[in-house]
Amino acid sequence: MKGWEAFRVALDALRANRLRSLLTMLGVIIGVAAVVVVVSIGAGAREQIESQVEGLGSNLILVVPGEAGQRGAPTVSRMTLADEQLLERVVGDPAAVTARLSSGERIRAGAASAFTTVHGADADMPRVFDRPLADGSYLTATDVDTRRRVAVLGSRTAEQLFADADPVGRQVTVGGTRFRVIGVLAEQGESFGVSQDDEVHIPITTAQRILGVDRVDAFAVRAPNSEVVPAVSRQLHAALKERYPDQPFSAITQTQILGVIGNILGLLTSVLAAIAGISLLVGGVGVSNIMLVSVRERTKEIGLRKALGARQRDVLAQFLVEAVLLTTIGGVLGILIGVVGSVLLDRFSPLPAAVEWWSPVVAFAVSAAVGVFFGVFPARRAGRLDPVVALRTE
Amino acid sequence: MSRAPAIEAVDVRRSYDLGAEQVHALRGVSFTVSDGEYAAIIGPSGSGKSTLMHLLGCLDRPTSGTLRVDGRDVAALSDAELARLRNEAIGFVFQAFQLLSRSSALDNVALPLLYRGVPRAERRERAEAALRAVNLGHRLGHRPTQMSGGEQQRVAIARALVGEPRILLADEPTGNLDSRNGAEVMRILEELNAVSGVAVVLVTHDAEVAARARRQVRVRDGLVELDTAAANPAQEPVPDPARGGRVAAAGEERA
Ligand SMILES: Nc1ncnc2c1ncn2[C@@H]1O[C@H](COP(=O)(O)OP(=O)(O)O)[C@@H](O)[C@H]1O
Ligand SMILES: [Mg+2]
Repeated sequence: MKGWEAFRVALDALRANRLRSLLTMLGVIIGVAAVVVVVSIGAGAREQIESQVEGLGSNLILVVPGEAGQRGAPTVSRMTLADEQLLERVVGDPAAVTARLSSGERIRAGAASAFTTVHGADADMPRVFDRPLADGSYLTATDVDTRRRVAVLGSRTAEQLFADADPVGRQVTVGGTRFRVIGVLAEQGESFGVSQDDEVHIPITTAQRILGVDRVDAFAVRAPNSEVVPAVSRQLHAALKERYPDQPFSAITQTQILGVIGNILGLLTSVLAAIAGISLLVGGVGVSNIMLVSVRERTKEIGLRKALGARQRDVLAQFLVEAVLLTTIGGVLGILIGVVGSVLLDRFSPLPAAVEWWSPVVAFAVSAAVGVFFGVFPARRAGRLDPVVALRTE
Repeated sequence: MSRAPAIEAVDVRRSYDLGAEQVHALRGVSFTVSDGEYAAIIGPSGSGKSTLMHLLGCLDRPTSGTLRVDGRDVAALSDAELARLRNEAIGFVFQAFQLLSRSSALDNVALPLLYRGVPRAERRERAEAALRAVNLGHRLGHRPTQMSGGEQQRVAIARALVGEPRILLADEPTGNLDSRNGAEVMRILEELNAVSGVAVVLVTHDAEVAARARRQVRVRDGLVELDTAAANPAQEPVPDPARGGRVAAAGEERA
């Protein structure tokens, strides 16, 4: 018997028992769909985060206290605004360094109020972080020097407090202090359903006074180009180390952030895909089980086929092809559901999802392998049946 | 060149080892079936008739003794070779028809050719011819469940003959049929034997059926008690001139 004939005989058998075939496939369908969706979400998350990190520019360096990648309590910064000049000297461009001090605060405007992140910043922020304004103007050096009570709103915060009205020139209150709104930042969009525009920028000196501190949480430095990033980040680190010998510092680059995020997401995706893969395995066990039942039910048929000249391997092939057809048809259905599900998730839920080209290919190959693996045992049993005994069974 | 007999059994024994005891189903059977022969095996239940048929049909191997089917020593053949011998030399007809209930008559009949590697178009053509030979040309697409017992057994006969075997083995082919359908099936078997020359060996409980055969073999307790071939070896075939049906003439160049 030719391979193609075994395929046809197996397909006929599956058709004859449509409902059972479908139910048997269900485990594989669910398993494959789950794996495809999980991989898509992992890929979508990575894409989204990467595009955000890349939006910062590949020559951005973040200087923070503590050792990046180390566990434990976050280190409280001992850096002050006085350190800014030191870093500016290292880069050779005063406009390429910006200081930041952040805190979660409630902000009010008349009856409206919102909880938001207050960033103490300086005039160089828009250039270093590449954040254009949508309206008004940004903080100036004079605003910082004279601790002016002026604020620039993130687009979402502006919308929350002032709805459609123009916020520029209006008053807001942060931590009991009144600020005049002088500008609104351009929208950045959402990440995992969370707005990136929920923020207020005030002069860092004003922020220090309100919070009663003189520290700076972090400095962001824009290197002249991406080639010098590693060298500049080393120099920044060394300079700070010299000034604060007993405090650990990190100069984090975009490449490092991408690497860390990639590792975390990769691990997360593999763990979730493995969990989803377990249901694929359970589906395989289901196929094996039903194939054993099927061999028993069709013992007479097997005996007859052998009496008519089917060899052991003809019968084995028939049942093995049947098992592989069950899992591959289930696999294809699972892939369809997984791909459609991923697209729907991406469009209609906050979760990002991007179908990786290889995930359906791998899913198909794995379902075929599951069919072979779990089909071999029942198929061998069928192939080895003694025709005399098989024909005699009722 | 003279050809080996269709079947040649010399002192064939078949025992079943049931652990505690040994069941000796056949205790030394010697038996020859020539081309074109028509023999009925009779005997009480449990005497070993089915065991003998399974051996003749190469579904089983003897515990001892020599069995040659189509000139080949069954004991020396592998499982795959045995399957091939069954496919090419033997046609089976069972008491319970043994048709695939979800397949059409045509597909049922074509099945032996599938395992012979015959292309699909030729399979269908030959299966159709075989069904016409048993007067079922109008039932090609019917499934077994849509046919009477007599029709089902005729489908089974067509399936047994589609591969043009040398020997047709029928274990109580009329056992599940009423007398009218049984008579029709017997008439077809006799006619096929006469026209195509296929050797027919059938097991029956029906004295009338047995009496119509040219040769009777009576089995008792695993031994051949009586074999009329030994008494009267040269009997002429008794063709039924009333019927003109014809199967592809497998036996002609062999006879
Ligand atoms: N697979 C088997 N295992 C054990 N004993 C068997 C087996 N097949 C047949 N027998 C025994 O062999 C003897 C002959 O059986 P069988 O050939 O079926 O007789 P018949 O067809 O003449 O009724 C019986 O005693 C039966 O019980
Ligand atoms: Mg019997």
